[in-house]
Amino acid sequence: MGLFLFLLKRIMGLVPTFFGITLISFLVMHLAPGEPMSLQANFNPKMTPEMRQRLRAQYGLDKPLYVQYAKWLKGLVHLDLGRSFSPDRRKVWDKIKERLPVTILINVLSMALILVISIPLGVKAAVRQNSLFDQVTTVLVFLAYAAPAFWLALLLMLFFGIELNLLPVSGLHSLMGYEQMGALEKIWDWTRHLILPVFVSAIGGLAGFSRYTRSSMLEVLRQDYITTARAKGLPERAVIYRHALRNALLPLITILGLSIPGLIGGSVIFESIFAIPGVGQLMWSAVMARDYPVLMGNLVIVSILTLLGNLLADIGYAAVDPRIRTGIQSEE
Amino acid sequence: MLRIHQRSFLSVAFLFVSLLVCTKAFGKAPSRQMPAYGDAIVVGSIGDASTLIPMLATDATSHEIAGLIYNGLVKYDKDLNLVGDLAKSWEIKQGGKEIIFHLRKGVRWQDGVEFTSKDVLFGFKTITNPKTPTAYAGDFMEVEKAQAPDPYTFRVIYKEPFAPALSSWGDIVVLPEHLLKGKDITKSPLARHPVGLGPYKFRLWKTQERIELDANPDYFDGRPYLDRYIMRIIPDPATMFMELKAGGLDWMGLSPVQYKRQTDTPFFRKNFRKYKYLSFSYTYLGYNLRHPLFKDKRVRQAISYAIDKEEIIRGVLLGLGVVATGPYKPDAWFYNPNVRRYPYDPQKAKALLAQCGWKDTDGDGILDKDGRPFSFTVLTNQGNSLRDKTAQIIQYRLKQVGIEMKIRQLEWTAFINDFIDKRRFEAVILGWTLGQDPDIYDIWHSSKTGPKQLNFIGYKNKEVDRLLVMGRRTFDRKRRKKIYFKIQEILAEDQPYTFLYVPMSLPIIHARFRGIKPAPAGISYNFIRWWVPKNEQKYILP
Amino acid sequence: MEAYSAVQMDGPERSRFFSTFFRLCGNPLTLSGLIIVGILVFTAIFAPVLAPYDPQKIDTYHVLEPPCSAHLLGTDGLGRDCLSRLIYGSRISLLVGFVAVGIATFVGTVLGAIAGYYGKWVDSLIMRFVDIMLCFPTIFLIMAVIAFLEPSIWNIMIVIGLTGWMGVARLVRAEFLSLKKRDFVLAARISGASDLQIVFSEILPNAIAPILVSATLGVGGAILTESALSFLGIGVQPPTPSWGNMLTEGKDNLEIAWWLSVFPGLAILITVLGYNLLGEGLRDFFDPRKKG
Repeated sequence: MGLFLFLLKRIMGLVPTFFGITLISFLVMHLAPGEPMSLQANFNPKMTPEMRQRLRAQYGLDKPLYVQYAKWLKGLVHLDLGRSFSPDRRKVWDKIKERLPVTILINVLSMALILVISIPLGVKAAVRQNSLFDQVTTVLVFLAYAAPAFWLALLLMLFFGIELNLLPVSGLHSLMGYEQMGALEKIWDWTRHLILPVFVSAIGGLAGFSRYTRSSMLEVLRQDYITTARAKGLPERAVIYRHALRNALLPLITILGLSIPGLIGGSVIFESIFAIPGVGQLMWSAVMARDYPVLMGNLVIVSILTLLGNLLADIGYAAVDPRIRTGIQSEE
Repeated sequence: MLRIHQRSFLSVAFLFVSLLVCTKAFGKAPSRQMPAYGDAIVVGSIGDASTLIPMLATDATSHEIAGLIYNGLVKYDKDLNLVGDLAKSWEIKQGGKEIIFHLRKGVRWQDGVEFTSKDVLFGFKTITNPKTPTAYAGDFMEVEKAQAPDPYTFRVIYKEPFAPALSSWGDIVVLPEHLLKGKDITKSPLARHPVGLGPYKFRLWKTQERIELDANPDYFDGRPYLDRYIMRIIPDPATMFMELKAGGLDWMGLSPVQYKRQTDTPFFRKNFRKYKYLSFSYTYLGYNLRHPLFKDKRVRQAISYAIDKEEIIRGVLLGLGVVATGPYKPDAWFYNPNVRRYPYDPQKAKALLAQCGWKDTDGDGILDKDGRPFSFTVLTNQGNSLRDKTAQIIQYRLKQVGIEMKIRQLEWTAFINDFIDKRRFEAVILGWTLGQDPDIYDIWHSSKTGPKQLNFIGYKNKEVDRLLVMGRRTFDRKRRKKIYFKIQEILAEDQPYTFLYVPMSLPIIHARFRGIKPAPAGISYNFIRWWVPKNEQKYILP
Repeated sequence: MEAYSAVQMDGPERSRFFSTFFRLCGNPLTLSGLIIVGILVFTAIFAPVLAPYDPQKIDTYHVLEPPCSAHLLGTDGLGRDCLSRLIYGSRISLLVGFVAVGIATFVGTVLGAIAGYYGKWVDSLIMRFVDIMLCFPTIFLIMAVIAFLEPSIWNIMIVIGLTGWMGVARLVRAEFLSLKKRDFVLAARISGASDLQIVFSEILPNAIAPILVSATLGVGGAILTESALSFLGIGVQPPTPSWGNMLTEGKDNLEIAWWLSVFPGLAILITVLGYNLLGEGLRDFFDPRKKG
């Protein structure tokens, strides 16, 4: 079996998962009480039952659930996510499209930040297991994890934005004069605005990744080939960074793929605190307004991203570990 | 325009429908300078707009933006008198059944096309078209026919004399026919790129981030002084306040705590001006009158006596509000100050309850009758901290007279759909936003108790019904006043709601803006005349 | 593989318990975790004794008072005593943590055990379901369900629990896969024990350690989730004091009433830290490879 066949198999495996996700989301949404906000028109006294019925028909809400789902699936196959129920009636994809880049940007940056900090931390903690360094960093990363994100965000805003007046409080870029800035200035402007949001969304993830690196590293360090390498008289640095780390990071790839939904989920909180117009906020307002098409669209996008992440993780794994693609998969 | 409002403070939205008793809190008198053009104002809003076609929007933010882009035939001036806007003048004939508007000539839509009576007629046809999902068709359903006999005359004839008629021809109903004719209004690009004829022109809208408007140099009433209006959407109130402090906002609505405690510093005194005036809304505790617990009016009166309204205003509003005694605010011309009041008196409450047979026979601290304890659940909407605190204070006070009140907070759509509309509630804490006209037919008339209608508490009183109809048909202000005075007396006696409070609007605006003149209409009625002296302008636009 | 020999040790139960306990306390971090959790449990149990005031008592003449001798941690927006609310809030936080994790652990263990024990298509089916749930942005699911239903404390606990079982399921399945092939299980099967007997009396007791570790770590996560839900306005509802809703109330008045959010914030911080330290300690302790 070649890599291609392996990939094909994996992708085929993702399809039922994907439809499972859409089915569960659809059911949860439509079985819950409440109706789309726009159907209520805020207590409109002139909203006759007939008129509501017509609106329901317009939205397709009068059909049985399976018909609605089939219709939605049909749209999906044609890459059509439908139109929002909100008064602007915009295409769902247009709504998501304009917000996706910023959410992805922040999540990628925060992921990078997590890895850059937590891998060296984890390695060092493993190498010096139970040392003071190990203990102190353990407490620190757990403290970072334990702080409620919105609280931390506000404290940082207050400190850096108001007390020190170093960083902007919220938003993505300056309001005035932004258009006249040169490219470099623009990048600097964005950077200043993104420092706090990226930091806040990253900080909770440090604990997971650094602890994972630590235990994975500990595992590897006990292996025979490390002992061999050491016995050969290789310098300790080389043993750790060239031989051990590589193998220790392998399982981390899987965790990376799986952490995507959590990261995007966390976006709801920091996007609304930092007034960032991303997917998280869109999702939340769609929940509150029962905007089913937008909700479904968002879930589709997020789950596709996650599945892609998992797939990439698989490929990465297969690329470095040939046993997997040849099918000698050991049970977990 | 009648709307239940979901959140009150922290959204400047209110200013546009707000009112009376404006007092300037601090700041020196503006110096005598010539107004200058230039600068921009940055306004904070919690929520984004939904659509910029006024008749389709139900949220305050959309109306606030659309109000700067569109105009109506008439508008309220600073003293809340109806004056001409796009209409130069009008005639009322046939005892109020007919109105003839004479429109201004030479007014142009922002794309250069001239505004004519056809645009009004088109707007009227659109709003009364059952296919248009609008919440404001009500007043226009009273119209028998509307005509545009020539480009500058618009004529409407009502089925019967209708007192709120004139005021209904505001900015909701005028639409550019040449851009919308024959198109589905719900899918029109105007929802996101409006073309109006008002003082400001649409510039850009970044969803959930900001909306920018530019001054309309050709505005028929003179170009506004401020070059640009920017609304920033900041969902978290704590962030919004920090942004104000950091200089990122020029104008926001304060919460009572922010007004009283957080802005009383040298920094704010130097850089900002605060204003306060009664908002055009009130908050109430409403009872489901179909429920056996609340059938007896003495029980409702007892609850009113058991609630210390002053305490709520002190604790929740920090004194920034007044006690509500009926469905109007105290500074309206139709407000009746001499109705029955219910000062805090737990003894009287207990006595009244005892009269109705409610006594604590089993000694558990909760009154009971026929073996059933006096216990009910009050519903309120999530995310309104003032209402939430109000509920907690009421809960605490009712417990002291032996009534157990549970609080259940519901997310807005579920609240309206599954509980209010289906009448599945015992009591609610909610608020009403009201217009400038005393007509409250939709809320209190017994014909409005049907499903999905606004008299959801099920209030039925023949006398009130009669008076409500009479009030709608009467034009004479003195006679109308008498009618609505009587309605207020009956409501105060019946206590179908325990009227709680009228909160204040608490806007704060950067000190560089001049020309702000608080009036009965609030502060924003003369927004286009606000200006910043050249040497203080902060944002220089290219 | 010599997995979990520590728990399989023969010998009197009691002495094993104590020796375990003392060895656990040997690590200062684990010990501090244990102390934090201990204090929390103590506070929750004795809340009525410890709290100086009725946490619901409203006093509108004394709203937002800074910490003083009468109110050690100040008063909130309705003049209620913050210390008393913090103390009672520990009950809610503990309850949310325990019940949510209890549900997650139960569901995860049952599904993981079934998958691991029976294998084949049952395993594939359950694991596919786990994959689906893992790809879900669970916070959205939680938000949607709670916003659509009602943010009662029970709904919150159930939903947090029902969206958090996947890790446990994977863990338990892996344990079962390896344990079911072990000699003692085979021996039991030959001696005619039923599936249920084997699962409950042979395999499960040996898989308890990793479940315990993941549950301990999960409690902290559940407390944090509750606070995030409170921020969105769908957490535990007032007047019931939870640390999450106290923190949310405090955030709007961060500058003038720092005590409103700093104390609940610290309470959450320390508690979650405590659970994590304890969990990590347990993990290290149960780790078979640590002892040579």
